[in-house]
Amino acid sequence: MLTLDCPYCGVAAEETELHGGGEAHLKRFGPASSDEDFEGYLFMRENPKGVNFERWRHVNGCGKWFHAARCTMTLEVFGTYSAQTTEPPKALLAKIKKKRPQWPGYGAEK
Amino acid sequence: MSTRLPNAGRLLNRSKAVEFTFNGKRLKGFEGDTLGAALLANDQMMVGRSFKYHRPRGIIASGAEEPNALVNMGQDGRFEPNQRVTTTELFDGLTATSQNHWPSLEFDVGVANNYVARFLPAGFYYKTFMAPRAAWKHVFEPIIRQSAGLGKAPKDRDADRYEHFYAYVDVMVIGGGIAGLQAAKAAGDSGAKVLLVEQTRHWGGRAPVDGAKIDGKPADEWITETLAALAAMDNVSVRTRTMGSGVYDHGYVLAYEQVADHTPGDGRPRHRLWRVRAKQIVTATGAIERPLSFAGNDIPGVMLAGAVRDYAINWGVSVGDRSVVVTNNDDAYRTAITLKEAGLDIPVIIDARAEANGDLPNQARALGIRIETGKAIAKVKGGKRVTGVAICQQAGEGAVLEEIACDSVAMSGGWSPVVHLWSHCGGKLIWDTEQAHFRPDADRSPTGADGAAFVVPAGIANGAMGTADVLVDADKAGKAAAKAAGFTAKRTAAPKAVQVDEAALSPVWIMPQGAGPKARMKMWLDYQNDVKVSDVQLAAREGYESVEHTKRYTTLGMATDQGKLSNINGLAILADSLNADIPQVGTTTFRPPYTPISMGAIAGEARGEIFQPLRKTPIHGWHEKNGVYWEPVGHWRRPYCFQRSGESVEQAVHREVKNTRENLGLLDASTLGKLVVTGPDAGRFLDMMYTNMMSNLKVGKCRYGLMCSENGFLSDDGVVARIDEDTWLCHTTSGGADRIHAWMEEWLQTEWWDWKVYVANLTEQFAQIAVVGPNARKVLEKLGGMDVSKEALAFMEWNEGKIGGFDARVYRISFSGELSYEISVPASQGRAFWDALHEVGAEFGAMAYGTEALHIMRAEKGFIMIGDETDGTIIPQDLGLNWALSKKKEDYLGKRAQQRSHMTDPNRWKLVGLETLDGSVLPDGAYAIAPGNNDNAQRNMVGRVTSTYHSPTLNRGIAMGLVLHGPDRMGEVIEFGKTDQTMVKAKIVDPVFYDKDGEKQNV
Ligand SMILES: [Zn+2]
Repeated sequence: MLTLDCPYCGVAAEETELHGGGEAHLKRFGPASSDEDFEGYLFMRENPKGVNFERWRHVNGCGKWFHAARCTMTLEVFGTYSAQTTEPPKALLAKIKKKRPQWPGYGAEK
Repeated sequence: MSTRLPNAGRLLNRSKAVEFTFNGKRLKGFEGDTLGAALLANDQMMVGRSFKYHRPRGIIASGAEEPNALVNMGQDGRFEPNQRVTTTELFDGLTATSQNHWPSLEFDVGVANNYVARFLPAGFYYKTFMAPRAAWKHVFEPIIRQSAGLGKAPKDRDADRYEHFYAYVDVMVIGGGIAGLQAAKAAGDSGAKVLLVEQTRHWGGRAPVDGAKIDGKPADEWITETLAALAAMDNVSVRTRTMGSGVYDHGYVLAYEQVADHTPGDGRPRHRLWRVRAKQIVTATGAIERPLSFAGNDIPGVMLAGAVRDYAINWGVSVGDRSVVVTNNDDAYRTAITLKEAGLDIPVIIDARAEANGDLPNQARALGIRIETGKAIAKVKGGKRVTGVAICQQAGEGAVLEEIACDSVAMSGGWSPVVHLWSHCGGKLIWDTEQAHFRPDADRSPTGADGAAFVVPAGIANGAMGTADVLVDADKAGKAAAKAAGFTAKRTAAPKAVQVDEAALSPVWIMPQGAGPKARMKMWLDYQNDVKVSDVQLAAREGYESVEHTKRYTTLGMATDQGKLSNINGLAILADSLNADIPQVGTTTFRPPYTPISMGAIAGEARGEIFQPLRKTPIHGWHEKNGVYWEPVGHWRRPYCFQRSGESVEQAVHREVKNTRENLGLLDASTLGKLVVTGPDAGRFLDMMYTNMMSNLKVGKCRYGLMCSENGFLSDDGVVARIDEDTWLCHTTSGGADRIHAWMEEWLQTEWWDWKVYVANLTEQFAQIAVVGPNARKVLEKLGGMDVSKEALAFMEWNEGKIGGFDARVYRISFSGELSYEISVPASQGRAFWDALHEVGAEFGAMAYGTEALHIMRAEKGFIMIGDETDGTIIPQDLGLNWALSKKKEDYLGKRAQQRSHMTDPNRWKLVGLETLDGSVLPDGAYAIAPGNNDNAQRNMVGRVTSTYHSPTLNRGIAMGLVLHGPDRMGEVIEFGKTDQTMVKAKIVDPVFYDKDGEKQNV
């Protein structure tokens, strides 16, 4: 059972307080978009073995959404950050790269 | 026979006799006994029948690893099957019965399976499923149902209560043997907050049984002193009868405390589930002895050597008068020495090794015990009890050299560390060739949130085999855990123990080496699931190379003991059959719980009324007093109808519909979701959330709106009222308020976070009452206050003011087709307002109605219901709701998806009304059948019923359904299949059955 630090209320929240929201930083495609873009937005999801960026909501707490960078294999948590961003913070990416030199980097697998 | 020895038993209180019954027989034991020890003391060696072959089975072990001795415990509300006698504490009045036999333990019909064993090989069930279906239904299943299954399911409600405890510690130590005690001491000395748990009721584990000396003292003395030292530390808590059940992500541990199993009915909770969060976990979980695979190794009287020793020393029980010891290591000699010193007969020690010259064998020799090296057991003789063994060469094929009479066999195949808790969360194992066991690989430990190791194995659980090594390793583990948790360990030395020099064991996986097929069919690996050496070999021959597949195919290790005894032996046989090394084959996955835990403990207090919270409207109390028939809606209870004396539910519903249509109906609609959305960007936001345009709704007006997911599917509906320039009130479905609130929050927080919008869920702040029917206006006018005339408050308008002195918001909306006002008042005024409506409304025929009347009236009007007409695959276009999809808006959630080819397919089933030709009510969910079959050889289907009722207004069955090209087929008759295989004809009609022009609601 994971614990993640909620970046809003500062609580080290346990998984029972949280609700997972899937892949982070999806770009929304609306009515004018191509079939391919819309399919990518609606259905296609990364499923990496290793570093993953995902959305969580502190649902049984402050109610806020946030982002987490986590290893899907070891469950190591590299950091949590604001939901109000379209990409992970630079400092966090540098921290992950330092811990996992083999990691190709954010978005490299897309 | 097995019997009680005089003056022995370190765990017994001989001054306190205890009475219990087994299969109705009254027996005696002592305080401190386990049920297993007490049964053996009463010569009750055989305690059950095996699962598949119904072979007689006896007690084999002395702890949690016991596979055979499972019994039904207790009676009525305290009845529980599959209780392990070796871990069940004896208490006065305990009742137990043996299980898995019919008609009796001594005489069992299912034992016939034993004689057809060659027809029940590995994969029997899989192979049988392939047989003709008829054979399965009429031959196999009845037989299996009669004879299979462990224990009986309890019939009565559990009489006990259970609870959950939460704990947050720096270091949790699991296992209270000398390793756990020392690890807890070392960690506690650093100041870390420590929790030490032990699954049994006593401390110290096996060390006292093995005669260990620590710091020059007998182990018992050292244990007492160490416990006293731990008790003196405020930062250390210790707990017996508490099993570390599972280790999970990020240092989460579940522990299972058997608080009152031995004192049933004393008012305390029976079990406690500890939910622990630990920075570091020390697994000092000990080791389990492996059986040896020889023919007849399951006959009652064949036991683990360590268990035989435990019974003698801990409980003063001799399991036999003449015991043959069979081993591949030195440790089993301790058992021979113990029994000999207790005055019992050891006819021979059979040692598979070429020589035995360590300290312990020499000690045995000095006691005059015969030792046969290089030998094996060719066969155990006996049926319900061992009568003797046949000896042969270990290197040979089993030619019998000699037969020796005995009534028990103590076997030892070496010891395997208990690595379960280490492995639960990803700790890896390493194969120790010398000890022939898997032990934790310290370099590949489970890692936590910070990426660092959070489990430290200690003592024999880490492969440290001798007492001295165990203590050094445990001391190191305790200090390492404290340090990793942020504390500084004290510079103290580990306690010193005398290490007995033990010679290397010799891995023996089958006895004798060249045993033939007949013998291998009598060598049990998994006692509980009846898996033999021959089964694993067959699986390998049939191509099962992966250990995980072999496990499932043979059911090896899948019983309630989870293969504690069978795992390594089965693995070794598989590896041998595949000509592979054991580490190459690997182990199966260790999964929690370590031993089964009660469902009650998992549920804790969450049962009965407090299983989940119950939400009550402000009018709930009135409903309870007025014949309510409840319907659960989410966490709410809503009145389905109100029954009057002598009335059926159906009659009540019809009365309520009729009265509402003719006079005046009152509905408690307080559960309706009420979300207020406000801010400068609220209009723009709602234009995205709803398919309709909401930004152009005028203040004082209401509009029915639809919400879709990004998949385009309809997810909720409700009436939106514009409160002021910046504020809208959104009504959601009763079950949907929280979900839609979260849905709005998600978009505001994660997509349009710069939009200035605030959403609050006011559902519980207001009571809402629908005042419905031709007399609705009259009752409000009589109550007085706000002008509710057609001119002042037209259909789909709302107003705020006083009604009968209550603070009211009045919405002129209708879900029934009648003249209708939905009135919300502050929750605190809800009940009084409801009462006032009844009082003043009496002369107008006021009568409460429930959800079923509501549903029928909406269906008569052709209004859709989320969850009936929708099921997560339905778009508004399917329901003829195109009028609610704004064409002016560039975008709304779901709009893009509704442009996809599948969504615009003209063959999507569309909503229509359905009228049976005979006036009957269509079955809910029934499908319309068309000629021909589809690609899966199923009948073609062209529609299905989504809502169906008897309409009291029209006095006939009415329904809505989705039908292929439905709206173009008005008047056509189609056929629906019923569950009794007959068909019913229905005509496709307009879904609006009542007041098609809407004149009644618009007066
Ligand atoms: Zn929070």
